[in-house]
Amino acid sequence: MHNLRLNLARIYMVLFIIYLLAPLVVMSGAAFNDSKLPSIVPWKGFTTMWFSEMIADQRMMVAFANTLWVAAAVALISVIVGTASAILINSVSGKVRTALYGMMISTILIPGVVIGISTMILWTKMGNALGTEFFLFNPGLHLSVLGQVSYIAAMVMLLVLARLQSFDAGLEEAALDLGASHTQVMRRILLPHLYPAIGAGAAVAFFQSIENFNVTQFTRGGADTLTVYVFSKVRSGITPTINALAFLLILVTLVLAVIYELNRRRRARIEAAREAEARRAEAAEL
Amino acid sequence: MQDLLRRYGFGLTLAMCLLVAFWLVMLVIVPNITLFEQSFRPYLPVTEVGGPKDVYSFNNYMKVFDGDVERSFLGFTFHIPVHVYTFGLTIFYSMVTTVICFVMAYPLAYFMAKIVNPKSLPTLILLLFIPLWVSEVLRAFAWWIILAFKGPLNALLLGVGLIEDPIRWTNMGYTGVVVGLVYTYVLFMLFPIYNAIQSLDTNQIEAAEDLGAPWWKIHWRIVLPHSKPGIASGSVMVFMLSAGSLLVPSILGSTTSQWFTQTIDQWFKDALDWNTASAYAFLLLLLCTVFVTVAMWLFKVKLSDIAK
Repeated sequence: MHNLRLNLARIYMVLFIIYLLAPLVVMSGAAFNDSKLPSIVPWKGFTTMWFSEMIADQRMMVAFANTLWVAAAVALISVIVGTASAILINSVSGKVRTALYGMMISTILIPGVVIGISTMILWTKMGNALGTEFFLFNPGLHLSVLGQVSYIAAMVMLLVLARLQSFDAGLEEAALDLGASHTQVMRRILLPHLYPAIGAGAAVAFFQSIENFNVTQFTRGGADTLTVYVFSKVRSGITPTINALAFLLILVTLVLAVIYELNRRRRARIEAAREAEARRAEAAEL
Repeated sequence: MQDLLRRYGFGLTLAMCLLVAFWLVMLVIVPNITLFEQSFRPYLPVTEVGGPKDVYSFNNYMKVFDGDVERSFLGFTFHIPVHVYTFGLTIFYSMVTTVICFVMAYPLAYFMAKIVNPKSLPTLILLLFIPLWVSEVLRAFAWWIILAFKGPLNALLLGVGLIEDPIRWTNMGYTGVVVGLVYTYVLFMLFPIYNAIQSLDTNQIEAAEDLGAPWWKIHWRIVLPHSKPGIASGSVMVFMLSAGSLLVPSILGSTTSQWFTQTIDQWFKDALDWNTASAYAFLLLLLCTVFVTVAMWLFKVKLSDIAK
């Protein structure tokens, strides 16, 4: 009986993974089908023409470049703001902490539609009130950056805050006693300890920004990001160029995943070898 | 605060406070207050803004109650304002999505946390993460291809002989939307539950087994109660993401399915009436917040648990 359940669980796991990955396979397959509609049935023959069409698609390339710029800006600002918030919140306590923390976390739960509209309204109204034509107050991707930062900073904050828990504040005391300046304490002691979390935060922020649709859709003005462009393509007559793009993105993801996995296995092997060594040494001592 | 000053000096502390203030005030609080304020103003031509007609009123909110439609449910026929109806269905189908995600994620989360060989776990998690890295719009697009009238799903079902005629999946009310939402957000349910179950002492399960408890009772009395914070945070995430999703309903929706975010989008982009869009966006925010608060109160979990 127990074995039966175990096997059922294994089958379920395999089915779940197939469920997650099959749509990606279908989407990639359609990139090579010689058919005007993106589909894998009926199969009309192998072609790579959608890839050449994709490269010729100027709007897509511009949208792609925009996406990278926005993501880089969001990652940079979110990391700075998120790290500052984590350090600040780590040093306050009581009701202030609860209130600040609650406010920061709640930004993650605000629907993107609300963030998008509110950001758009605030900055354009402010521009109207000031009577300027300064670019900051017009719709555009810079407003998308601000809107995205408003909740992505909270994710960075959480990652950095978790890392701060393992920080030994005594190190800073020692540095101060030995005559280090405040900037040195920050730059040489605190930040190096936080670098892993900051790096992870930057990666999360970058990918969250690429994914973002809701905020961008309401604030972008006339500019495209990849997500918005793909969306407009899917709604109006689509060609399988989107599939070609999807295939390339999935390929990049897979390559990164495989590199990560091989790296992890190599480290696990080294770790295991070290442990075996230690055990042998212990046994020899006895 | 004193501590910060002593460690990092006046300049750095001030810089950090300013950064946090910029985030919370300029990017969160003031925009939301502006949204709230604008939602009470009428939509006017530019020349009349600030003029005698520009006064506060509840008119934008009242638009929710415009336009009755006739609907029947379980044999009852009733009249209901179309936007209220849309909103109700959005909440309802977001809940359906949440429940389906839970049912799908819970067994796998348990399996990953307690049964699977710890050595192969990182590989498994990596496999599960792959779809998460592919952007949401492409995942919705993938299902658009699969569910198409002449798409692979119909071809498969026809080939196996389960159905005789192809089915119009994307023209069956909210079916396509729910399918897409589940696929897009199921992992946001899986990982919190997995984290929660992982912290459960396996000895408890073994003790229950030794004392003769049947498997369903072990889950009902031990694993489920222990994983409650994870279930709650996963559910809140999935629910809020579903109710706030604009991509999936726009791509996979049918002619008879309308999501509340789509209504907001239409006010904003098609009617260019930002004030009414604000009012609707505020309603979405308010009602989702109320819903989540009530759910958290019912399940006795705190906001700080969710952030884990």
